[in-house]
This record gives sequence, C-alpha cells and structure tokens, in this order.
Amino acid sequence: MQYAMLVYHHEADFHSLPAEEQNRLRNACADWYSQLEATGRASGAMRLQPTVTATTLREHNGKLVLSDGPFAETKEILAGLVVLECQDLDEAIAQARRFPSLPAGFSLELRPIIPDGVRRSDQP
Amino acid sequence: MNLGELYRRDYGRILASVIRVARDISLAEDAVQDAFAAAQAQWPVHGFPANPVAWLYTAARNKAIDQIRRRTLAEEKHRQMITLAAPEEHAPIPEDTLRLIFTCCHPALAVEAQVALTLRTVCGLTTEEIARAFLLPVPTLAQRIVRAKAKIKLAGIPYEVPDEDALDERLPSVLAVIYLVFNEGYSASAGPTLVRAHLCEESIRLCRELATLLPREREAHALLALLLLTDARRHTRTDADGSLVRLEDQDRSQWNRPQIAEGAAIVETVLREGPAGPYALQAAIAALHAQAPTFAQTDWSQIAALYTQLARRQPSAVIELNRAVAIAMVEGPARGLELMEQIDLPGYHLLPAARADLLRQLGRREEAAAAYRAALRLVQSEPERRFLERRLQEVSH
Repeated sequence: MQYAMLVYHHEADFHSLPAEEQNRLRNACADWYSQLEATGRASGAMRLQPTVTATTLREHNGKLVLSDGPFAETKEILAGLVVLECQDLDEAIAQARRFPSLPAGFSLELRPIIPDGVRRSDQP
Repeated sequence: MNLGELYRRDYGRILASVIRVARDISLAEDAVQDAFAAAQAQWPVHGFPANPVAWLYTAARNKAIDQIRRRTLAEEKHRQMITLAAPEEHAPIPEDTLRLIFTCCHPALAVEAQVALTLRTVCGLTTEEIARAFLLPVPTLAQRIVRAKAKIKLAGIPYEVPDEDALDERLPSVLAVIYLVFNEGYSASAGPTLVRAHLCEESIRLCRELATLLPREREAHALLALLLLTDARRHTRTDADGSLVRLEDQDRSQWNRPQIAEGAAIVETVLREGPAGPYALQAAIAALHAQAPTFAQTDWSQIAALYTQLARRQPSAVIELNRAVAIAMVEGPARGLELMEQIDLPGYHLLPAARADLLRQLGRREEAAAAYRAALRLVQSEPERRFLERRLQEVSH
C-alpha cells in the first residue's frame, strides 16, 4: 500500500529554533528519507515553502476567487509530505515514528493513498 | 451442547479464522451467520456432526470463498483469487483469535470503536446487546462498528499478531479494552442499575482466552486474576432494591469462594515469576480484600503499600485517593483527610464522598454534609446517588 505521510508543524515555533538546530533536523530528515527511498519504502517527498507564500483558490458564484494565505489559519500547518510504500499500517507507523523531527514537536498524519485515484475510472 | 451454546462459545474463533481467509470482516461475519443458519436447519434433521466446530468453520469458509468468487467474477479482478489458494485447514486455529483481538484493539482505532468491535466480533454480541450495555442508541453503535471496519480495511490495519518487539507496546491497549468492558459492567458509569453482569462475564471469558493464548504475558494473567477477584464480590455490591452496599457492609459469606481461590492462585504465580506490573499490583490488592475475614481484619497496611507502588508506576489521582483511603484505615481518618487535601480530581464524585466518610467518622457532621452534597452534585449512577442521599440524611440530624 501507499501512504501519504503528511508532516505538520508549528511554523513559528520551528522558525524560532536556532539555525543550526533547524539545519540538523532538516538533514536528519533528509537522511531518514534517503534510507527509505534506497530500500524501496518511499517514492516521493516534498517540503513546502512557508504558508506566507500560499495562494488559495475558491470559486464563488462562478467566479474564481484568489486569496493570499493558506486554506485555513491554523497553528499547525502542512510542512511537507512523503509517500511511503508499506505492506500495512503497522509498517507505515514503524517507519514514520523514526522521522527525526517528531521529537521536535512535529505531527505526522498517515493517510492511505487511493490506488490510481487520479486516473479516470469507468466504475460508478 | 446445543447450537446456542456453541454460538456463545465458538462464534468468535470461527469468525477469526474465516476473516483470515476472506480478508474482509463483514463478508466473514455474513458467512459465519449463514453457517449457523444452515446448521440450525440441517442438524435437527441429519443429526449433530461429529465435530460441530469444524463443520461450522468449513461451511462458513466455503460460503465466504463462494462469495468472494462471485464478487471477483463480477468485478473481473483476479487479484483476490490468489489469496484463496492458501492451504485449507479444517478447524479454526487459535492464532486467528489473537489476530482478531489485536486487530480490533489496534491503537489506530478510537477506544470506543475498539470496545464495540471486540464485543461484536470476538465475543459475538449483537449490535443491539452492545448498545443496550453501553446505554447507546443502536444506530450510534452500529455506525461506530461500520466505521471501524471501514478504517481497518482502507487504512490497511494488518490482520496479524504483533511480533515479539511490538507486543509489549500493543498488549496494554488490548488489556485496557478488556478492563474497560469489565468496569462498564461492574460499575456502570451511569444509569439505573449498578452492575451489568453480561459485560463482566464477557470480559472474563475474553481475558481467559487471551491469557491462554499468551501464556508468557504475565500482565494478561494478572488482569484475569484481577477480574476474577473483583467479580467474585459482584453479587453483594447491591441490595435487593438495587442500592449500593459498601465493602464494609457486604455479606462476605456470599462471595464466590472458588473464583477467589482461582484468582488468588493466579496472582501468586504471577508475583512469583517476576516484578509486578500495574495489573498484578491491583490484583494483589483485590486478593487481600477478597481473602480478608472481615473489613476490620483486612491487611490495610499491605494494601496501602501496594497502592504506593502502583502510584509510583502509574501516577494517577484515583490511585492516590485509594491509597489515602487505605492509609486512613491504618493511621486514622485525620491522616486520610490530610492526604486527600492534596488530591486534585475535579468532577469525580468519589473524592468528596471519601472525604465525607472520614469527616463523618471524626464527628465533623456539618463538613461531612457539605462533602456529601458536593458528591451528590457529581454522581451519575442511580444506586450510588441513593447511597449518598442516605448518608447525607444520617449526618444531617
């Protein structure tokens, strides 16, 4: 199965960490990911720019409405995501719990990915 | 043995093995129900088979496989067919019951969902029975079970017993579910009757099965002992009109002695084999209560010592409260009150109730009355309310 591991953090808290610490965490996470990728247990990851760079699209009365900022103003924001390739939820949890930024107050949400979920389907 | 008894005893383990074959809880449930229905129609005519459980299992498994074949053909998918090539055994295997228990009690499910699903599948209770036991509307409970099953399927919760490393981490949530079911039966948190015996019996049966399947897990055995020892006093906890009878007023000659003997023997074995975990400590306390000839002759200092150990392992205000009650029995009510001053348990009626009792013993009647009133504002179970009201009247004049 594939799981999206959604990485959430408290933006302000993270950026208030000393620069060396932020760097250490980033590199540790990068190593964690490289290892998973090398053993075929991850197939994609991305780190997102801070929410100040976000643009949200909605449609209102048939017109496109753009707004500056994230979809919802919340304390914890989506910071990135990793695609895990695992047998089952237990294996996904076992990989995710080693995510180096977890002790730094990050939250991880595991969501199963629908296979071929973005392809056209003839099924009802 | 008739079919009803067979259902009670073997439904869960038959289902557990069919789920492994079918890889789908709902489909397996339907197949097992169909197998029992077939047995009900055929056995009275053709006679009981030599091995009824194997008959039921084989019938249910075949029905499940049929169903999957039909579904597979309809969907023109071949992936599912592969799993059906697994070697066929002719009776449910114990390992599957463990698989089912650990799946139902997976920490990725909400605790309420774990409880409902375990009772529904492993114990074979109907949705209506579970809803009644937890005083919930049937649709609420039914939806809870449907959602849990959907999550198991879609999130890929495995149908496996955790391996040795993960077992220590996963077993506590299984034991917690069993204990929660027992407590809900033993001291119903709300509602008209204090004890819902059915849940006590189910939890003991489940714990016995788990302990048998995991002979080396001492905490599973300790929980079984705790349940047996506590349950042995169940019948004396309420009087004829359903009011609460306190431990000191219970008729000890009515306690279930064989059950106490069994529980005490298990505790002794568990304590002999190594350091005591939280359930072993609680079971040891329950054994001391159950074996004491009278309330006054209870080994309160030993009980207080065990609560001290328990509080160290599992810091909790409720344990502190129990510890204070035991110390009050040894060192007097004034000391107990002093300890209770330091306990912070907002919203829990037993703290003011315990304080009230100590104040009453000290003859501080007005303060006792105030504490009883505080407890009455928080209490939710009807029998306990009646008990507190009676006490309040006693100290009020």
